[in-house]
Amino acid sequence: MNPAARQRVAAAAFIGCLALTPVFASDFLLSVLALIFLFAFVGIAWNLMLGYAGQLSLGHALYFGVGAYLVAVLSERYGVTPWLGMIAAALIPALLGAAVGALGFRFSVRGVYFALLTIAFAEFARILFENWDYVGKTGGFFLKAVTAGNHPLVSLRGNATFFYYALLIVLLAGWLLAMLLVDSRTGYRWRAIREDEDAARALGVRAFRLKIVAVATSAGLTGIGGGWFALMSGSLFPESVFGMRMSIDLIVAPIIGGLGTLFGPILGAFIVVTLNEVSRDLAQKFSINGLNLLIYGALLMLTIKVLPGGVWPWVARRLGLAGDRS
Amino acid sequence: MSMLRVDGLTRRFTGLTAVNDVSFEVAQGSITALIGPNGAGKTTCFNMIAGSLAPSAGAIHFMDQRIDGLGPEAACERGIARTFQIVRPLAGMSVVENAMVGALLRTRRLGEARDVAMQVLDQVGLAAKARAAASSLTLPDRKMLELAKALATRPRLLMLDEVMAGLRPNEADRIVAVLRALCEAGMTIFLIEHVMRVVMSIAERVVVLHHGEKLAEGAPREIVENPRVIESYLGRKQVAV
Repeated sequence: MNPAARQRVAAAAFIGCLALTPVFASDFLLSVLALIFLFAFVGIAWNLMLGYAGQLSLGHALYFGVGAYLVAVLSERYGVTPWLGMIAAALIPALLGAAVGALGFRFSVRGVYFALLTIAFAEFARILFENWDYVGKTGGFFLKAVTAGNHPLVSLRGNATFFYYALLIVLLAGWLLAMLLVDSRTGYRWRAIREDEDAARALGVRAFRLKIVAVATSAGLTGIGGGWFALMSGSLFPESVFGMRMSIDLIVAPIIGGLGTLFGPILGAFIVVTLNEVSRDLAQKFSINGLNLLIYGALLMLTIKVLPGGVWPWVARRLGLAGDRS
Repeated sequence: MSMLRVDGLTRRFTGLTAVNDVSFEVAQGSITALIGPNGAGKTTCFNMIAGSLAPSAGAIHFMDQRIDGLGPEAACERGIARTFQIVRPLAGMSVVENAMVGALLRTRRLGEARDVAMQVLDQVGLAAKARAAASSLTLPDRKMLELAKALATRPRLLMLDEVMAGLRPNEADRIVAVLRALCEAGMTIFLIEHVMRVVMSIAERVVVLHHGEKLAEGAPREIVENPRVIESYLGRKQVAV
């Protein structure tokens, strides 16, 4: 078998295993896995922007938070079905992303300076929501508990198995979309911009427009991720969805898994969320606050030192899955 | 017929006029060379024609349409492709993918872009290395890749910024052979070059810049015998070669 065929077999086996997991797994395990799928999905979204188009955003919490609050507020205050809420949670963050991108790229704010700009916008949003009565200020915004007559396919809320499958589908859709985008004209041109923007422009690549498309796509997907987070957690606090901590949580998985790879963010989410759960347990047992942050830091340093390209390219080589596009 | 016409081209940077009132034409199907000492304004001139720098004054016409200040993407879309003096491979992509980025200007289909890319790689002798990482190429191959990327955009005017610099004579001859073949196929070529041996052998017309101004223009023979050019750029020894 050539690598491409092996990749297909491996992907099919991976999806097959995940589809069957609820047969034997506990609710707790399913909810952790659903969280893994969520972070894998937003990791894919963020990775499209940095890993492929080469634009660093450290403020993706902005899109995640706006998506989360949109779904929650629309359904709680206006009775809008979360199906429509999800569309809003994709479109409005995409527009916000396009606006942040246009502002930054128009004035040639590149690299770390662009990243600083993205942090600033996420912080604006956090402060705005912390002082906005309508969404409950710092006290948070809550979804009412689901009632007995609830139908998961209507409310998009349900038990652990429902969220497991819902997030699995969201993840697989995101993965497929990323695959199609990366293997398209846009994907090639994004990578050209990532490697050398001026050289790409000299080859007729409309960098400004394509970078905005990258930010908007990434932001829109991240907004959907935020929407699902709202439905899963049922409670939103400005600090927890807009804060710097969330911006970091969103990006650790793709960095550890492997930037600029399709499967890296997924593998990264498995590693990071699992470690997070374990370390939280340990932290409680030995009452060491912030143990998981310490582990994040150590893990990042270790990855950068030992596997600078991320864990996935290394694993892919071992499994004989490394091809033109892994 | 002139494909490219530059009138009174001027570019001022703070406290420095890099290019001052330069006019010349590049005829369709010709090879024209732009020469001059370091700092004469050759690359600035190039950057303005390729759209990456807007002129302070003057006009640039390409195929009878004004193109100055439109930006590099627009220049490339209209058929002006350029290489960079310091080679700029898209390092994280393979050789064929580098050329595909250029080819994707004219097609949306990846398969078609790959065909065009392979064709230009074949033209410059890089087809065997198509799947190699661009970052793994040697300098002469990188120069060839620079040329391949530009050719993949299907240009009408090919602008080369010192493609021979840093190459050994036999490596430079490889590029000269490719340029000759392109010219025979009807390509218009405009190049900045320091290697006079190359200029003499391939250019039909030479424009000399000095301190940002046009010092002379003419056939290569006239240029090397022009006392002002000898004085400011070539020196006496070079002419003897």
